[in-house]
Amino acid sequence: MIELARDIRDICRSHGNDRTRLMDIARAVQAKYGCVSSQALDLIAQAVKSSRVEIESLVSFYAFLSVQPKGKIVIRLCNDVIDEMFGAEKVARVFSEELRIRFGETTPDGKISLEYAPCIGMSDQAPAVLINDTVVTYLSTDRARDIVRVLRETGDPRRLIRRLGDGNNAHPLVRSMVHNNIRREGPVVLAPLTAGAALRKATAMSPVEVINDIKTSRLRGRGGAGFPTGMKWEFTRGADGDKKCVMCNADEGEPGTFKDRVILTEHPDLVFEGMTIAGYAIGAELGIMYLRAEYAYLRAFLDSVLQARRAQGLLGRDILGKAGFNFDIRIQMGAGAYVCGEETAMISSAEGLRGDPKNRPPFPAQRGYLGMPTTVNNVETFCCVARILDNGPGWFAAMGSRGSTGTKLLSVSGDCSSPGVYEVPFGIKLSDLLQMVGAEDPRAVQMGGPSGRMVPPADFNRTICYDDLATGGSVMVFGANRNIVKAALKFLDFFVEESCGYCTPCRVGCVLMQKKLEEIIEGRGQIGDLEYLQELGSNMKLTSRCGLGQTAANPVLTTIQAFRPAYEALFQARPHEAFLASFDLRAALEDSEGLAGRSSEIFAA
Amino acid sequence: MSETFVLTIDGIKIEAKPGQTILQAADGGGVYIPRLCAHKDLLPFGACRVCTVMVNGRPQAACTTPAARNMVVDNETPDLRRHRASLIEMLFIEGNHFCMFCEKSGNCELQALAYRFGIMVPRYPYQFPQRDVDATHPEVLVDRNRCILCARCVRASRDLDGKHVFDFVGRGAGKRIWVNAEGRLADTNLGGADRAVEICPVGAILRKRVGYRLPIGQRLYDIQPIGSDIEAKRQAAAPGR
Repeated sequence: MIELARDIRDICRSHGNDRTRLMDIARAVQAKYGCVSSQALDLIAQAVKSSRVEIESLVSFYAFLSVQPKGKIVIRLCNDVIDEMFGAEKVARVFSEELRIRFGETTPDGKISLEYAPCIGMSDQAPAVLINDTVVTYLSTDRARDIVRVLRETGDPRRLIRRLGDGNNAHPLVRSMVHNNIRREGPVVLAPLTAGAALRKATAMSPVEVINDIKTSRLRGRGGAGFPTGMKWEFTRGADGDKKCVMCNADEGEPGTFKDRVILTEHPDLVFEGMTIAGYAIGAELGIMYLRAEYAYLRAFLDSVLQARRAQGLLGRDILGKAGFNFDIRIQMGAGAYVCGEETAMISSAEGLRGDPKNRPPFPAQRGYLGMPTTVNNVETFCCVARILDNGPGWFAAMGSRGSTGTKLLSVSGDCSSPGVYEVPFGIKLSDLLQMVGAEDPRAVQMGGPSGRMVPPADFNRTICYDDLATGGSVMVFGANRNIVKAALKFLDFFVEESCGYCTPCRVGCVLMQKKLEEIIEGRGQIGDLEYLQELGSNMKLTSRCGLGQTAANPVLTTIQAFRPAYEALFQARPHEAFLASFDLRAALEDSEGLAGRSSEIFAA
Repeated sequence: MSETFVLTIDGIKIEAKPGQTILQAADGGGVYIPRLCAHKDLLPFGACRVCTVMVNGRPQAACTTPAARNMVVDNETPDLRRHRASLIEMLFIEGNHFCMFCEKSGNCELQALAYRFGIMVPRYPYQFPQRDVDATHPEVLVDRNRCILCARCVRASRDLDGKHVFDFVGRGAGKRIWVNAEGRLADTNLGGADRAVEICPVGAILRKRVGYRLPIGQRLYDIQPIGSDIEAKRQAAAPGR
């Protein structure tokens, strides 16, 4: 207790006893003690002059934080749809057997906890597992047994890394076994840049000219929504407030997306350069990169890149000798919450709050991080920015299609011979992409992750761009024998897990959809159920508060639309249960039978 | 005093002041927009979504969206009515709401809305969640079975009472209202007269020993449907309509 009090006092003090830095404080306490215990809640609340329940509210929101103690080692097995396609379930059984605990439990000696995690950004090398901050990829059942043995013997997840990955994955500050799987490099994102080259050109212009260049390039946000970047910057620049902020959304959580992982590993300078240009353009001195907890293994490396940029005069005061141009970047770690990829939830989280989205208006460009006008852009968007300043807006706008200029980085996973990252010009046909990745006769392709849409073969001639098949990058290929309805359920399981619970339609609607879909898959569905799901989905779309809830029904709605026969095949005609197939009489009687101590007359025989 | 402006809700011209939300302007103009989490003394929150309206064709929560000049708002449409009823039903099946023996009956806004919408039985299956009751406090009872997560108590305690008795823990379907103590309401500085207590729209936070002071049948919504007070303003102003 005395030790805990001293540690927490030190941790809080090292963050200036600043309640807006609660994410860092809670993460530090969790790392040291395996939990943020009841006593810790009180101690932190005292130190940052907050209330205990506010700290508890934050801690209980994030998957990587907990009030209940967890093991020194936490095994987080990715159970997203792609990982399950490649055998995650078998691996899960082995972990469970070897550790003699179920998922969600900790070994009796308090050493190892076993959990599931939604997509950890490794779908191209699935199944994968996160063990504390260490990623282990391409799992098999044998490897899982070996992992448990090594962890038991050494207690050190780093010992699991034998062969290092390619490129900067082998960098001394990364040392991970992750592979980049770069399959196709393009001229915009996956191309080299001399640090400072684009920034020099930007600072030779006025901030307004920089914004005009971005507008001329017709760059749209790469996170998926596709808002024109130049316009966002113009709003932020024009908003009232002396202090402004640039945020980089590196909370890549959409299942099946991993392209930002590759950018951050191989081209971090490009991202930071883009952020610095944004700072110059909108008049911000503060930059924040919000990095998802699953990518913590890149943190030290990214910090070293920032340090090098400071040394080169590319960050800090009077950047590149330009008097009054001050800008610096800090990395804010997340703690396991998909919703924080939503820009206003990200701001909440960076402010040391639950990752609840905020009400709009005001938009972040008007009032964002700690009230400052804030522009939030995707990792890839910042890469485009730097390249546009280096090569010119005309060069950029000449690539892609009319409404979608430039190139797009796609994260391709699932049933194809070459999963990985592809930089392609916008406007490419899906069928051409499928050929490129070696996907033969897929049954369906999920574009844009769970919040996107399931595309049937009849639509493979459509093009990838904002005006047709929009995607933040996730492309999941489902082979001929895959079960589409089960895939839709997996996506729904994900949203149930990740809904923040703030608004009614998302909090309740996701659960209702999940339960109905389970019934249908178990053969207890009936035709009217599809209309039930569609009506529920339309409610979630119309009334949800943020993009998560507004799109959470998409996997179900788009599969009902394009794969209706797959659902209908699950509705069996069973005359003896024709009234209400979803009603299980046996289960309904269970409690009463238990109390009565005998079986119901109906079933007695 | 800044100039007022006019917006249209269901074809009715409503005068609004700068800074007002659509909901506030509608209230002032005698148009009732159903709501649960919104309350006139609290900052807008936007959680229940029952006040969803169409603003120039786009769905928005009336409680958090600022009113603007010439805005065209649809409120009473068959579509919105259906979606609002759906949200109210979701709140019923998500918790354990037993109106027939809830002492809030007749004063409960959730129940009153269900009556106003003519909801006889929810279209969704009851979830029957396991939730707990905290009766430790000498004057106040918290029954999480009936909580609809509207955050009125959270906001009232913080902004009106100057305390921080309530907040949420967990997320998604596991989200629940929690207290500023190791789990017992008795260990907080909540007072029986706190606004956070009486502001609960349902029977989740109840003052003890006053439950049946006013008999059922003579309570607020036993006498007139919820929203009648707001609608009465317009009827008074334009008796012909």
